[in-house]
Amino acid sequence: MHARATDPMVPRVLRVRSRRRDGPQVWTLQCDDGANEPPGFAAGQFNMLTAFGVGEVPISFSGDPARPQRIVHTIRAVGAVSSALTRLGAGAALAVRGPFGTGWPMSEAAGRDVVLVAGGLGLAPLRPALYQLLAQRAGYGRITLLYGTRSPQEILFRREIDSWRKLTGVMIEVTVDHAMPPWHGHVGVVTALIPRARFDPRRTLALICGPEIMMRFAAEALGAAGVASEAIYLSLERSMKCGIGRCGHCQFGGLFICRDGPVIRYDRLREPLRVREL
Amino acid sequence: MSLPPHSAQLLTSEGLDQLLRALRRGGYRAVGPTVREGVIAYEDIDCVEDLPRGWTDEQSGGHYRLRRRDDDALFGYAVGPHSWKQFLHPPRQRLWRTRGGGDAVQIEREPPDGPPLALIGVRACELKAVAIQDTVLLGGAYGDPHYRARRADTFILAVNCTVAGGTCFCVSMDCGPNVATGFDLALTELAAAGPPAFVLQSATPAGRKVLEEISHRPATESEIAAARARVQHSAQHMGRQMPAQNLPQLLLRNLEHPRWSEVADRCLACGNCTMVCPTCFCTSVEDSSDLRGQQTSRTRRWDSCFTIDFTYLHGGSVRQSTRARYRQWLTHKLATWHQQFGSSGCVGCGRCITWCPVGIDITEEVSAIRASDPG
Repeated sequence: MHARATDPMVPRVLRVRSRRRDGPQVWTLQCDDGANEPPGFAAGQFNMLTAFGVGEVPISFSGDPARPQRIVHTIRAVGAVSSALTRLGAGAALAVRGPFGTGWPMSEAAGRDVVLVAGGLGLAPLRPALYQLLAQRAGYGRITLLYGTRSPQEILFRREIDSWRKLTGVMIEVTVDHAMPPWHGHVGVVTALIPRARFDPRRTLALICGPEIMMRFAAEALGAAGVASEAIYLSLERSMKCGIGRCGHCQFGGLFICRDGPVIRYDRLREPLRVREL
Repeated sequence: MSLPPHSAQLLTSEGLDQLLRALRRGGYRAVGPTVREGVIAYEDIDCVEDLPRGWTDEQSGGHYRLRRRDDDALFGYAVGPHSWKQFLHPPRQRLWRTRGGGDAVQIEREPPDGPPLALIGVRACELKAVAIQDTVLLGGAYGDPHYRARRADTFILAVNCTVAGGTCFCVSMDCGPNVATGFDLALTELAAAGPPAFVLQSATPAGRKVLEEISHRPATESEIAAARARVQHSAQHMGRQMPAQNLPQLLLRNLEHPRWSEVADRCLACGNCTMVCPTCFCTSVEDSSDLRGQQTSRTRRWDSCFTIDFTYLHGGSVRQSTRARYRQWLTHKLATWHQQFGSSGCVGCGRCITWCPVGIDITEEVSAIRASDPG
């Protein structure tokens, strides 16, 4: 690759088109890209989003890669920057740098069963992959989404999930950590759903995104079910201040999660994930 | 050895003074060693009188003192707490600011600033450190435009080390003490009771051009041999040694070694080692705004992997313990740096040893792990 002429640390201005609440403290912003030629993105990549005067955070794309002019991010208000971003209403300005990082290996999914395992807000970075899989449904085998979240109130994209359930060859199982009536669904960790999923382990691709501990157990369970480490991908999260492998914050062993990730094949992660505080 | 006899020249102290003035006339901002607050610091210099004449240093773990020499040598000391990264990759760099608020907001990138730099008295380990930062900051898909602009215009006057510091180990890291590449002009100071004199070599057209403006004469065979012998002497008197064989493999198979806990008991997690290290490049960014929130800006600043905030993610930091943070620093410097950038991140300058307030010694830590390596 050759050096780009523009400064990768300088963002461009975006305008919020709409803002929708998707759960307790979770908001989805749809933004219009003011760039003449929107750069587009791959499912699994992220942007660095700036709330002016507050700061910048990495946020995965949660929209459809087939619509690059519409930038969609689903954000949980946890810190100063993410809270400021979720308060931006229609017409408000924010700034963006990106897209950065690696995407889900969509070309490897062709003709295979695909198992997506999501934990909490980890569903958001997987949604672009789901859009892509469902848009070319015939190109893949069975598609399974296993989604675990804390409580029924925190289930993201509820109406979309209901519409996906109706598609043939698509299985969606949702579980929650804690629930009160009228919840009739699963209660427990998402890894407990893996035995319910129907897939041929020898021709399965698994995409996992969620809390690190959940991803570790999910990858191990899929491995125990016969899926090779080379067919399992995780999306990792670390502190990031640049997105281009230069600020040093996101290092995980020799990997820069922003540049070598966030989507990384499990065989490269199995050993480092066992080291505490790496 | 890089003192080709046919081009080597002899430069006097007056010639060096002319050289500094010629660089300044040529529009350069000259920065070099000078005595400031009890250390050899890198500051703006005008002439040869600003250099540390007749000084040397005494360095060991957590210890640095300037001492008088019994001659008038201008480069008779090892490296101090400063490194050239403070000029090329400065501690604070504004990246952009906004103009106009609300609907009219525009982002203006910060233009390159300042006159070109002439770095005076760059040692071999420091040249290697600059080359390493070139790889880090200019390599890959995205180069840093601020760093690129500064580096493109930088003039480098290197100095071969004729004195080895108490914490130096450049020989172990194959980074010195004689300069090999990456400079415009290089000096080797000759021993003398009288005024300082130097054997000078030029490596670039920019170096030869500035020589046209100053007085010098061809160096004699004996002067060249004397210069070479002084550098060899310093190579044989390194204050430290790093057992550098197969370091990445050694460290990466010992991530749970008990030594990490022992060093963590002494380490204050102050970050001094990362600030004085000439290759440490980590940064963070800070945003600020005026009181109305109309004008905002972003500034990049040095950061350190020893701070608890460095790995902060919603809910907490990944590296909570000092053990994990020290392990990150040392394994990055000596092991994972190879994976990321194709070389070690350590040049053997010894600054992290000297400027550690409790005298933690990177060579000693590696030796301790090697001594009890299960293999």
